[in-house]
Amino acid sequence: MINYNKTKEIGINILRRWILILLVGEIVFFGIVGTNYLSLNNLQNILVASTTVLLLATGETFVIITGGIDLSIGFMVGFSSVVSAKVMVDLWAAGFSQPLAITIGILTALLIGLIPGFINGFLVAKLRVPPFIATFGMYGIAYGFAEIICNNVPVHNLPTSLGSLGHGYLFYWLPGKIFSFLAKPENLAREELKNLISIIPNVTIITFIFIGIFAFILAKTKFGQHTYAIGGNVNAAERAGVDVKVHLIKVYMISSFFASLAGVMYVLQFITGRAPAGSARLLDAVVAVIIGGASLSGGKGTIMGTVIGALIIGALETGLVNLGIPTYNLHIAVGCILIFAVLIDQFSPELVHKEEEIR
Amino acid sequence: MEPLLEVKNITKRFGGLTAVDNVDMQIYPGEVIGILGDNGAGKSTLIKVISGVYHAEEGQIFFEGCKIKISNPIEALKIGIETIYQDLALAENMNVYSNIFLGREKLEKFLGFINVLDHDYMLVESKKVLNRLDINIPSLKNKIRTLSGGERQAVAISRSIYWNAKLLIMDEPTAALGVAEQKKVLNLVRTLSSHGVSVIIISHQMHDVFSVATRLLIMRRGKKIAERITKKTNVDEVVGLIVGSLPGDYIEAIEEKK
Repeated sequence: MINYNKTKEIGINILRRWILILLVGEIVFFGIVGTNYLSLNNLQNILVASTTVLLLATGETFVIITGGIDLSIGFMVGFSSVVSAKVMVDLWAAGFSQPLAITIGILTALLIGLIPGFINGFLVAKLRVPPFIATFGMYGIAYGFAEIICNNVPVHNLPTSLGSLGHGYLFYWLPGKIFSFLAKPENLAREELKNLISIIPNVTIITFIFIGIFAFILAKTKFGQHTYAIGGNVNAAERAGVDVKVHLIKVYMISSFFASLAGVMYVLQFITGRAPAGSARLLDAVVAVIIGGASLSGGKGTIMGTVIGALIIGALETGLVNLGIPTYNLHIAVGCILIFAVLIDQFSPELVHKEEEIR
Repeated sequence: MEPLLEVKNITKRFGGLTAVDNVDMQIYPGEVIGILGDNGAGKSTLIKVISGVYHAEEGQIFFEGCKIKISNPIEALKIGIETIYQDLALAENMNVYSNIFLGREKLEKFLGFINVLDHDYMLVESKKVLNRLDINIPSLKNKIRTLSGGERQAVAISRSIYWNAKLLIMDEPTAALGVAEQKKVLNLVRTLSSHGVSVIIISHQMHDVFSVATRLLIMRRGKKIAERITKKTNVDEVVGLIVGSLPGDYIEAIEEKK
């Protein structure tokens, strides 16, 4: 009996893990039809290309679990990229050392980035503005402010050492010769440079450190537990003594923090700050969360699912580029996956039910 | 014996309508009482006054001998008065023990400094309280969504008992339940009573109330018109009191005052 239940459980779990199967299938497919798709370089490229979506989607997961949605994150990326870039440029021009200018630029963007989240949360929790409206308003406001700050032109002339940070890797390995940590080995011949293997992009490490921390918070702590409770039944949470209003404000601040972090990562990767940076990624982020098993009505979802959802989009995008297929086809594919995900979600209880009838 | 809860001369008005009119009531530890009355008789308003949802214009409430003022439901919970609502106030997306511990989660240290949920403790403690109340639920790791109406009610009740509720107020506890489930809930009420928990039941199901309550309070148009010991009355008399074909005990007194 126990054995049978175990098997059944495993079966259901496999069906539930269809997104993981999809991700692996996708990578295998492109590995077969593409060129060098499975190379270390390309796999790392998938991770780097997914940075913005990964970060946005992680923050969005918290909001969606509470039954809300945060649309402001699209332009929050641009806002934060412009703020951090502008601070870096100005401080560097004022004679600050590069590392100091970069650090202050990053911290300023991350701190200022908490304000829109606070306002979103305040509007939603205290003034009962529907999340869609509150954050959609903030979406426009963030974009407008970003354009004002950068004077309608992308911010250029950033500190030069930014590139080595944003394009750097954790390890460099020249087979049989050099193994270096963080810094690219110097004085290499052209032939040696060609053979140099770079392992784990810095951007990806930073991204996954933050994702890991917040995955832990959501899965293991009281804060995470209350996030699920609010999404499941606000009244129950309130009656159980959860301070729902304060909690929601924190959740929207987490979301805008991740959007700001995405903006900072954008600056590291592209060495510029642009007001519309990342705005096209808003929808991808929401899709990643939904593919990952969350529901717009709240109460469910995991960071692990969201990460897989984001990687499905990233792997697809990279694969299409690899095959030379125009990337606008990506939108068709992502749209189909989204609808498929929601269908699976709707029919999966039936799936479980049928399994039980068999018993 | 001192009553657990005593309300004196409670009056609650909504504009010109007097929903509860000068009602007195006592309930003793471990006692189960039923409040009966037709729709609009003021039963629900009375219990909402007791559970802190409404504020009475007149009258006093005593709990364990002390005069208290209950300004909201959370305060009522804190002193040990818990209402089992029909929507049950459970998070359906969470499992049984998480609901029992919702808002009061047990934490343990991870790596010595990070507070994380102590699932094992919460599971074991929840099992204990369910066993104490003879409640049988397949797995406490199951989500509330997968449970039946009666099981959900049992979870809500065990939560309040675990957190030391002394008085449970149940509004139509057996409505929307199957026959077998109704029996289980009534048995649970008896178990609660034997553990010294007082229960106020509001129900239209005369048989349910007769089978568990020791004392009945009958209301009509906001007034308490009669109080009966269950063993010394019968369904016919109570129905007569509810619909007004029998005069009741307090009507005259109230009318004289006017």
